[in-house]
Amino acid sequence: MTPATATSPKPETAAPVLELRGVTKTYRVKQGLFGKARPLTAVNDVSISLPRGEVLGLVGESGCGKSTLAKILLGLESPTAGQVLVDGQEIGAQDRMTLARRIQPIFQDPYSSLNPRKSIFDIVSLPLRVHRIGDAASWDKEVRKILDIVGLPARVMNTFPSQMSGGQRQRVAIARALIMKPEIVICDEPTSALDVSVQSQILNLLGDLRREFGLTYLFISHDLAVVEHLATRVAVMYLGRIVEEAEVGGLFDHARHPYTQALLKSVLTPEPGLGVPDTQLGMAYPNPIDPPSGCHFHPRCPKATEFCKATAPRALPTPLGHVECHLHDPTGPMFIGKEG
Amino acid sequence: MDNPLLSVRNLTLDIPVGGGTLHAVRGIDFDLKRGETLCIVGESGSGKSLTSLALMGLLGKTIKRSADEMTFDGIDLTRANARTMRSLRGARMAMIFQEPMTSLNPAYTIGDQLTEALLLHKPVGKEAARARAIELLEKVGITAAASRLSQYPHQLSGGLRQRVMIAMALMCEPELIIADEPTTALDVTIQAQILRLLYDLGREMNMAMILITHDLGVVARVADKVAVMYAGELVETGSATEVFNTPSHPYTRGLLRCIPLPGKTERGSTLGTIPGIVPSLIGDVTGCAFRTRCPHATLECRGDIPRHTSGGHAFRCIHADGKLHAEEATT
Repeated sequence: MTPATATSPKPETAAPVLELRGVTKTYRVKQGLFGKARPLTAVNDVSISLPRGEVLGLVGESGCGKSTLAKILLGLESPTAGQVLVDGQEIGAQDRMTLARRIQPIFQDPYSSLNPRKSIFDIVSLPLRVHRIGDAASWDKEVRKILDIVGLPARVMNTFPSQMSGGQRQRVAIARALIMKPEIVICDEPTSALDVSVQSQILNLLGDLRREFGLTYLFISHDLAVVEHLATRVAVMYLGRIVEEAEVGGLFDHARHPYTQALLKSVLTPEPGLGVPDTQLGMAYPNPIDPPSGCHFHPRCPKATEFCKATAPRALPTPLGHVECHLHDPTGPMFIGKEG
Repeated sequence: MDNPLLSVRNLTLDIPVGGGTLHAVRGIDFDLKRGETLCIVGESGSGKSLTSLALMGLLGKTIKRSADEMTFDGIDLTRANARTMRSLRGARMAMIFQEPMTSLNPAYTIGDQLTEALLLHKPVGKEAARARAIELLEKVGITAAASRLSQYPHQLSGGLRQRVMIAMALMCEPELIIADEPTTALDVTIQAQILRLLYDLGREMNMAMILITHDLGVVARVADKVAVMYAGELVETGSATEVFNTPSHPYTRGLLRCIPLPGKTERGSTLGTIPGIVPSLIGDVTGCAFRTRCPHATLECRGDIPRHTSGGHAFRCIHADGKLHAEEATT
């Protein structure tokens, strides 16, 4: 499958900084104490290419494989099959240290992702010390610089995480991720533990930093309004597969996959009088150990037919991405025709 | 008929802390009728969860509660003894907690936990209680309900556990449900389904509901009444339409500007923020607590703050229109 590479507005940025080719991760899971180990495919043949400076929003329900994908990108898990390329180089061939200079994470919970016994200076300067960059004097300078960039006063250097608010801690986490000047930042639900007024500050900061340093983000979130705001491309994941991927406007204005449509429908905008939408999705998220036959989404899909039960859909190119659904396969029996 | 089920006047919660008193909730008033849904919205630390615990009589011993009035269907909750509260809790007023992962007892089966309150409060046998549990599990959309009764919480996913919590709260057909962030830990698709379910069940059983959340989208979609809470005070109250269409307190408008609106906010644009932090509520709090973060603050904000009302819509601000028109003119 070859999802169309995004046509970037600037030709010099066309080469993808991050590329996944058929990445698959299979775990062997034991069921019960004496049960036989069975394969669980957490990430199933995922191909994505992300040009420099873009933000790929990755959405999907819990258990769909978003975090496994993030772990593979960070080098914390190795894929069972497929390749991950950063700047055209496969990451399996690079050691962890080299990879850490290029890809850095920001995690969801700023309360548990910072070591409570270390001062903010220790936390933020640790990457420099691990990578043996500079000396004590330059660490001090670098930490001051990065704290200023993320909007924290230099005096917090000697404080501890427990003395800071959630928003400040998340700024520390961002400072720690950026001090190595990475190219790619993996943001795993970076604002979902924060209050709305703090969330908007962090989102603004992430947007500013991207423009200033030309960063590329993989932005994992379950809040579609936030993804629409920050992302330039969006990938929708269901049971380990990217079922739809498109440029942000295309995805939000013309969602093609019934699952994407249901996700968009379930966004609750603050408009009174509209009531709670009926997503028409069945309740049950399927067990990934025992994925449904054919199209994995068919048990919950309002448009599913017998054909969907039997046959898995293929990836079909769309103007700026791809979709996996029989409704959009012109050679299949369920084609609904070309839409706008 | 129009007597409120729940009336609260001047509810105040003080927590003694080292070197002073933390005024966590500072004199709040509200009424709730049968079949109505009140959403209390506010950020962490605003006192919204403590308010719900105060209603249920579940506050810690160190917290001092006082109120001019706190009645539930004519019962004076401020004077109710532990026995009266026990007879109300679970039977006539029930609570759904935020964390489905931690609020179920891991050592008991779903069936035991579901039937406990019913067996305690109502003269029913085990078989009838079991049948009721199965009926409600089905109602909240759990498949193979009968077989779930013998399962333990760890065998269920987060979404299922939250549905079990809801079924448990409904077992005795309570007249009032208090739900504290019932969907925060859930996926958006499940969130929509659970909210729809609560909304439909509320209508069907004519239940009153207090929903505590920080998600303005949830509030707009399910609330009949909205109460915006800031630093222990209700700064704005009214119907959902009034509060969302003419948000009159500067804090309400600040919150609304912080969230991206699909289709309205320009993608990638800078979102609104509320500068500053929530003030400390230790010691005497005077004037408007929001003045340190408010773009329209003046010296007068340190004094008494008038409450402006029109119909059911009320807000506290020294500016007669909460500076709504001043902000409209600049945007």
